[in-house]
This record gives sequence, C-alpha cells and structure tokens, in this order.
Amino acid sequence: MTRAVNAVLRRDLRIETRTPQVVPGMALFAVSAFVVFHFALQQRSVEGNLAAGVLWVTLLLAAVLGIARQFVADREEGGFEGFLLAPVDRTALLVAKAASLFLFLVALEIVAVPAFLVMLLGPSPVEFWRLLLALLLADLGIAFVGTLVGALAVQSRARDLLVPLLALPLLIPLLIGAVKLSAPVFGGPAAAARWPWVLALYDLVFGLVAYAVFDFLLED
Amino acid sequence: MGDAPAIELAGLVRRYGERTALDDVSVALPAGATLVVFGPNGAGKSTLLRVLATLLRPQGGTAHVLGEALPRDAWKVRGRIGLLGHEPLLHRDLSARENLRFHARLHGVAFERIDALLEQVGLRLRADEPIRELSRGMVQRVAACRTVLHEPDVLLLDEPTANLDPAAADALEPLVGRTSGRTRVVTSHDPARGLAEADVVLGLRGGRAELSGSATEAEVRELYR
Repeated sequence: MTRAVNAVLRRDLRIETRTPQVVPGMALFAVSAFVVFHFALQQRSVEGNLAAGVLWVTLLLAAVLGIARQFVADREEGGFEGFLLAPVDRTALLVAKAASLFLFLVALEIVAVPAFLVMLLGPSPVEFWRLLLALLLADLGIAFVGTLVGALAVQSRARDLLVPLLALPLLIPLLIGAVKLSAPVFGGPAAAARWPWVLALYDLVFGLVAYAVFDFLLED
Repeated sequence: MGDAPAIELAGLVRRYGERTALDDVSVALPAGATLVVFGPNGAGKSTLLRVLATLLRPQGGTAHVLGEALPRDAWKVRGRIGLLGHEPLLHRDLSARENLRFHARLHGVAFERIDALLEQVGLRLRADEPIRELSRGMVQRVAACRTVLHEPDVLLLDEPTANLDPAAADALEPLVGRTSGRTRVVTSHDPARGLAEADVVLGLRGGRAELSGSATEAEVRELYR
C-alpha cells in the first residue's frame, strides 16, 4: 500500500506544482474574503470569538474549493481507471488523496493565517500553539471528510453544488471545535480542555468512516 | 497458443440503468489467441472490454479471466490485464516519462523498462514533454507503453490503431499486436483487417452476440447494416 500511496501522492503534488490550481485558488479566495470582512464588519480589527469565527469560516469555505477540485483531474484524465486497473489496495487512494488535501490546506494556511493577522487581527495573538493545534486537528478532519465527499461528488455533473451541500454540514462540529480551541489566541474566552479531544475524536471517527466506505465509492 | 481458456464468458449481462448494454453474451478464448469484437457504435464492445478489465461488474451470467471469476476474484487478475481504450489514461500536464513512472510505481515495475518502451515506439526524445503537447498518435503510442508496462497476460484493446498513421501502427505491433504473443481482445470496425488477425470472432449488435466463433467478411459487414 505504501508504494501506491507514494505513487498517487507524488503525482498529485507534481501536477499541482506544474500547473498550480488548487492552492492558488484557495489562497486567493481566503485573502479576498479577509478584505471583504474588513470592509463588511466596518472594524479596523476583530478579536475573540469573532476573530476565530472569521478565520475558520474563511478557511473552511476555501477548503471547500479545494475539495471540489480534488478528483477532477482523475475523473477527466482517467486517473481513477488507471489506479483501479493496478493490483493495489484501493484504500491507498483514500490515504494519498487525504494526504495531498492535508498538504494543500497547510499551504493555504501559510498564506491565509499571516494575511488574517495583518488585515484583521487587533491584539497580538497569545498562546499561538493553540492555533497551530487547532489547524493541525482541523486539517486532518477536513482531509478525511473532504476526500470522502470529493470522491462521492466527482461522479456527478453537479459536483460544484454537491460538495458544499455535503461537506459543510459534516464540517460544522469541526468548525465549532476549531473556533472554541483557537478563540483564546485572539483574546477570547478560555477554552475547555476537552476541545482538542473533541477534534481528535472527530478526526478518528471520520477517518474510520472514510476507510469503511471509500471502496464502495469506487465501485461502478 | 495454449489450450486452457484465458477468457470465458457465459450468458454475460450488463445494464446501464434501464438500458441493456450486454445481453446473454457467451464466448471462450484460449490463452495466446486473439478475439476480435465487431459491432456498430453502441453495440456493447467497450462495455465488454470494461467488464473484462474489472472496471464494471457483470450483472448476470458468468465471466472468467485467466481462470478467475469476476467480480469475486477481480483483485487476482488486476495487474495481469492491460487496457488500451479510447481514453489514454494519461495526465495531460505530466510528461510521457512521468506518466509511465506513475504507473510503474503502481505496478511495481522497474523504471528501466520505461526507456526501453519509449525507444521502441520512437518517443524517447519527446519523453519529457507534457502529454498535452503531443499529437493524438503520439499519445496513443504512450498509452500503448502504459498498457504493456507491467507485462500483462491479457490485452484489451479498443480500436488500438484508430488514430495512428501506418508507421505508428507498425511501431505498436510488437507491443500490442498479434506478434506480442499475448491473449488479446480487440475491437474493430474493419472487417478485412479484423478477420485477418482473429482466432475467434464475436459480433455484437444491440448488446447481443449475433456472431460467435468464426465469421465471413460478408457476415461481419451485415452487422453494420
């Protein structure tokens, strides 16, 4: 399985570096959203729960763009069939696609989080590790849910409609956990100790669900 | 040519929703032999190849490839089948070499074989250009390299030389032609050429087998009327 994961991951990263589409699209959306928030909220800066909410809603919507693009090349250029013809465990595709989405989200956040801090954040962030932990745990959850939803939606012509319709409701618990965990970083109320565990449990549950059903999504 | 059947279909049925694409199709093909499938567009030829390639499940009858029952033991024959269909299964933004390396990694094939294959089809000098910059004929040659990269026992070929000039078609002959020595299922619209390379003939119309075993050129032409 490692061989197949390696093959698909390398290919996806090579395609994205050769003809960047997913990461620039997500990053541009996020930066544009921060600019819009800046004017719409009519505040020079935000803090606390509002700051965490603005950051996470923007990251989540940007992620939905990436999820929608995740399997398009495979569908249009026969990547699915090329993979299905190989004598490899089909779970390798789930692992590789989740890993590539995770890396794309990290790349997005390298651009989006500093942009947020510069454009919208008032007080200097404290306990920054909380934000890093929230990003790590949320990215894992988005990667599993996104891969599952992307594989389901790509079979349909209405995939651009299906991805947000399916992904956003599933991601709401993750959004709540990420906001709760990161709000103290921006001067918000202290987070209960359970929120990292809630996010980790979310990741575990959706990782297992994706593992259990992914094979069926690839069947004709 | 061996005696054991490499492919055995009995009463095969496959539907797409309400439409029956293959209806009660039966045929047997010995190892090392060539089955040529004729039929007008929409007759079920590509569906038959996709069932044999384990990409579609049979919905009735039985299908055996290399002695393994489909779909139950499909995993045992993946990797022993090479499919060359209408789609090349190559990524446009990657080069021929990068595409073949991807498939080599999936199949556990050494990269040295890639250069040898590209040399054989006359594309070694263009191996590092993106697929989108190659002509259709060149893309088909790269797709043929992908098809045989892992030395499959069975080749499933959907009009393999349709986009090729005679020289390019000749270049593919050792890879996917009769001289490759592999068991082959080939779809064709050319009765004379198809019959010349056929050991077994299957004529499909509307998903049903109207010719099976052997046929004359006139009988094949009748399929298209």
